[in-house]
Amino acid sequence: MRSTSTDFENRGRIIILIFVGVMLAFMARLAFLQLFSEEYDKYADSNAQLKKIIYPERGVIYDRNGKLMVYNQAFYDIMVTPREMKGLDTLEFCSTLKIDRSFFEKRMAEIRNRRLNPGYSSYTPQLFMSQLSVEAYGPLQEKLYRFPGFSITNRSLRRYSRPIAAHALGYVAEVDRKDIEIDAYYIQGDYSGRSGIEKMYEKVLRGEKGVEVLLRDVHGRVKGSYSEGRRDLPPVPGNDLILSLDIDLQEYGEKLMENKRGAIEAIEPKTGEILAYVSAPSYDPSLLVGSRRMKHYLELESSPHKVFLNRPIQSFYPPGSTFKPAQGLVLLQEKVITASTKYACQGGYYFLGLKLGCHNHRSPLNLPEAVSASCNAYFAAAYRGLIDHDNYSSVQEAYGRWRELICSMGFGSRLGVDLPYEQSGWIPDTQYYNRIYGQRGWRGATIISNAIGQGEILATPLQMANYCAMICNKGWYITPHIVREVKGQATDSSFVKKHVSGIDPVHFEPIIEGMRGAVTSPMGTSRGVAVPDIEVCGKTGTAENPGVDHSIFMCFAPKDDPKICLLVFIENGGFGATWAVPMASLMLEQYLKGSIAPNRKWMETRLLNANLMNVEPKE
Amino acid sequence: MNQKNKTLSLWKAVDIQSLFIYLLLITVGWLTIYSASYNFDSVAIFDLSSTSGKQLIWIAVSVLVGISILIIDARFYYYLSYNLYIALLFLLLLTILIAPEIKGSRSWLVFGPLSIQPAEFAKFATALALSRFLADYGYNIKDTKRIVLLFALLLIPVGMIFLQKETGTALVFLAFLLVFYREGMSGLLLFVGACLLSYFVVGLRFGEQTLWEHTSMGNFSVLLLIALVMSGLFFRYRKKDNKTWLILLLANILPVLAALLLNRYTKWGFDIAVLQLVLLSLSVLYALFQSIRINSRIPALIALFTVLSTAFLFGIDYTFDRLLQPHQQTRILVLLGTMDDPSGVGYNVNQAKISIGSGGFWGKGYLNGTQTKLKYVPEQDTDFIFCTIGEEFGFAGSAMLLIIYSYLLIRLIFMANRQRFVFARIYGYCVASLFFVHLLVNVGMVLGLMPVIGIPLPFLSYGGSSLLGFTILLFIFLRLDADNLRRH
Ligand SMILES: [Zn+2]
Repeated sequence: MRSTSTDFENRGRIIILIFVGVMLAFMARLAFLQLFSEEYDKYADSNAQLKKIIYPERGVIYDRNGKLMVYNQAFYDIMVTPREMKGLDTLEFCSTLKIDRSFFEKRMAEIRNRRLNPGYSSYTPQLFMSQLSVEAYGPLQEKLYRFPGFSITNRSLRRYSRPIAAHALGYVAEVDRKDIEIDAYYIQGDYSGRSGIEKMYEKVLRGEKGVEVLLRDVHGRVKGSYSEGRRDLPPVPGNDLILSLDIDLQEYGEKLMENKRGAIEAIEPKTGEILAYVSAPSYDPSLLVGSRRMKHYLELESSPHKVFLNRPIQSFYPPGSTFKPAQGLVLLQEKVITASTKYACQGGYYFLGLKLGCHNHRSPLNLPEAVSASCNAYFAAAYRGLIDHDNYSSVQEAYGRWRELICSMGFGSRLGVDLPYEQSGWIPDTQYYNRIYGQRGWRGATIISNAIGQGEILATPLQMANYCAMICNKGWYITPHIVREVKGQATDSSFVKKHVSGIDPVHFEPIIEGMRGAVTSPMGTSRGVAVPDIEVCGKTGTAENPGVDHSIFMCFAPKDDPKICLLVFIENGGFGATWAVPMASLMLEQYLKGSIAPNRKWMETRLLNANLMNVEPKE
Repeated sequence: MNQKNKTLSLWKAVDIQSLFIYLLLITVGWLTIYSASYNFDSVAIFDLSSTSGKQLIWIAVSVLVGISILIIDARFYYYLSYNLYIALLFLLLLTILIAPEIKGSRSWLVFGPLSIQPAEFAKFATALALSRFLADYGYNIKDTKRIVLLFALLLIPVGMIFLQKETGTALVFLAFLLVFYREGMSGLLLFVGACLLSYFVVGLRFGEQTLWEHTSMGNFSVLLLIALVMSGLFFRYRKKDNKTWLILLLANILPVLAALLLNRYTKWGFDIAVLQLVLLSLSVLYALFQSIRINSRIPALIALFTVLSTAFLFGIDYTFDRLLQPHQQTRILVLLGTMDDPSGVGYNVNQAKISIGSGGFWGKGYLNGTQTKLKYVPEQDTDFIFCTIGEEFGFAGSAMLLIIYSYLLIRLIFMANRQRFVFARIYGYCVASLFFVHLLVNVGMVLGLMPVIGIPLPFLSYGGSSLLGFTILLFIFLRLDADNLRRH
């Protein structure tokens, strides 16, 4: 290897050659760009294109009866090109806009301050005032030609026909850096759906941006369209949505839930369409529009009542006694009992020191009667019978079978509703109990709380509503959904498909009979739900809670041709019969009859006046 | 010699030419920054809140620091080189830990109104440390331990700058490979690295464009480069009258020329890359045959390099099309300037080209550039400052600027070569190489020849840290050089 110093000195020359070579290449490129290129010659007179984005109209949203819920309202941004302001009659301009002179001077100073406005150029339009309403903009528009340097760009913002359904609709807000990175469609300043169906249906609602190519002169003034608009691209408006919500029922539900925490879900059982989606406390969705958003968002966010919690899909609780029909169905399916099997109840279920209390009723009861009276002893005894049954080789097999059937009713996993951030609830699996009690350490008695929907079982209000729909359909449900139709698009196939439970349709008769009995029989727990002339079936429940219990009620009507399934959930509502049952009764009446009968107004008044906000909240 | 005399002779010994170019460049830079932020309404060139005003402060600070550097004893830089290096490493580490995120990078230390970017100062510190190490031990590939240490000295600051998400600044440290080459690193290594890098950039940069429908511009260009490199290598290692290089050159070029004409003037279009691949395969076979015939390994090694280069090209395509997510693809394509992204980096490069192109021969005159004034060109006072010069002073001005830079680079190499102390010589090469890589990447980017990598143009771009960093880098060398002359 030659490594004399002369050899390396030679390398100094090679390095100089590299330097010179690169510099010559750069000069050749410069010559190409500046002296020979036709392409850039077009701009020789400093004419330049200005690509102006034209924003499409965001799709509007209707309720199931075609009543407008969400629409767009144009707002106007006033832009100023400081370079072109010469000869402006500032006084007249200020009086037209109803601003005072000092405000004008202050704004102009802010615009010219590069620290506040780093992109400043006196040649390009700068934002002077934003989000002017049509009313404020009207007078300006007429005189605009007299104010040199000022121009208008318009943007539309969401408007709501009624201040309701905030949790279902979600809101729209300016995109952040992350959104832009994920989806190249967005640029700084664009808006996109952040939650609710605005987020889920963002791609169909937003449409396609268009572009208008304009020509500018040396001073940046727009001189008209470029090549007669041949390179323009018109915007494509977003698709409209038709929701399954009934705007009147929704409004009524929210009114009833004022000053309470909880949820009301109404589902049309035959279609899985959500008729009402109430999460309380709620807020006026227009609070989160445009420049008002920041302030209100923080305000709502800090509320102790967790306003932004989307209770129907994000909160989960033990379903309590509303779970008993599901138990009955599994027991029938697994032939542990028949509809006429009777169990005795002496005010509760006692076994080896275990105690599940029951209220006073006659004894013994058969299955429909046990559902009606919500007898804890009946379901505890029968559930033990199932889990410890000889038909199965082990407790694990019995429990696994039970869990499989329960999950087939929509529990334990996300339903797939068309709203973001849905929670899955929980039905523990066999491994869970094995881990806690050991492989041989558990039996029916160990997990007896499951029998009455307490213990480890957790379900979201939407899962409970869906389960109610599954009962009245006698064994199937369609994934609940809020959007009934995207205009101009085929229906989403996942919202047509029937999910069939593992329970034979014949087994539903006694259960439905029991739920009817809960409303009609003297020992029923849901008598308060009765609506004149309508056959209602229902089931109350209580979710145990360290503070005041949560009350739950599910029902459907009419019995033989169900049009609506309802789930009312009230945090710290105590016994179902006090608040949840009458609330459901009014909701049914409102939906099925269209109004509340005068002789039932007292009930309505009592509910509207109730304030459960300050009852000890759940920790 | 008394104290006064010594100081006097120091000022005489400082290289006047480099000093003059330095002052010229910072003046041009300052005037250009003023022009880039000028908007016809404001006249306050000395307004201290404006960019040109702030730059003036930094210029004053830099000149003062430069003078101080000249006053300090030259031996100081040799003896304290490792200390400075370690201090800078600590500063870089501190930056990683506490720097807030600004424009996607975590490289700024903020002290009230003052923010500095330690990575800019890591350049001269690393140059000092590497120079000292090479001066003490030399570049000896057989001494594995020392070579590992040498590369560690280089890669530790690079890694830390990467962690600050300043990819551009980290890449600048590649400049030191030129210095290693000068001090004995195998030239082949430099050559292979440069080949693969240019294949990568060219392959993706022109990957989307086609030549008359059938041929990918990227594949065509890279295959052509591979063939040229192959003939070039045969030329470099030829034995006396061996004409293999000429045979290979003609065999690869002539059929391709014919194919180009055929595609251009007839309707018999086809994918020229396929023809090139066939020709390359034949060339490889011919090279292997030569290898056996003259009983030498060299033709076989060149053939192997050719095969690996080709595999590399298709490897890039495969990786790019199959293994990368669409958004990653977009980012790379836009970075390389192939994808037209109206709001992203591609747009910037396009606007930069338009504004330079609109300058013509003489330019529009100082303060009269409109493309840059209209804010079409982003970062026009920092990374894209060359645009403003191209637009306002045209080809005459921007070519002149490139000539001035070239003169400075050559002057620095000349000065490095006259150093009697190895440390000073190596440091001189470090300075020249660092300036060169900045020019290469920055001007290359603005001219649309290089990917968009944001690094400043030495002495011109707005920014206190970079101006001060470059000043220190240069003035230490001026000090070493002055010492060299005085001790003659
Ligand atoms: Zn009982």
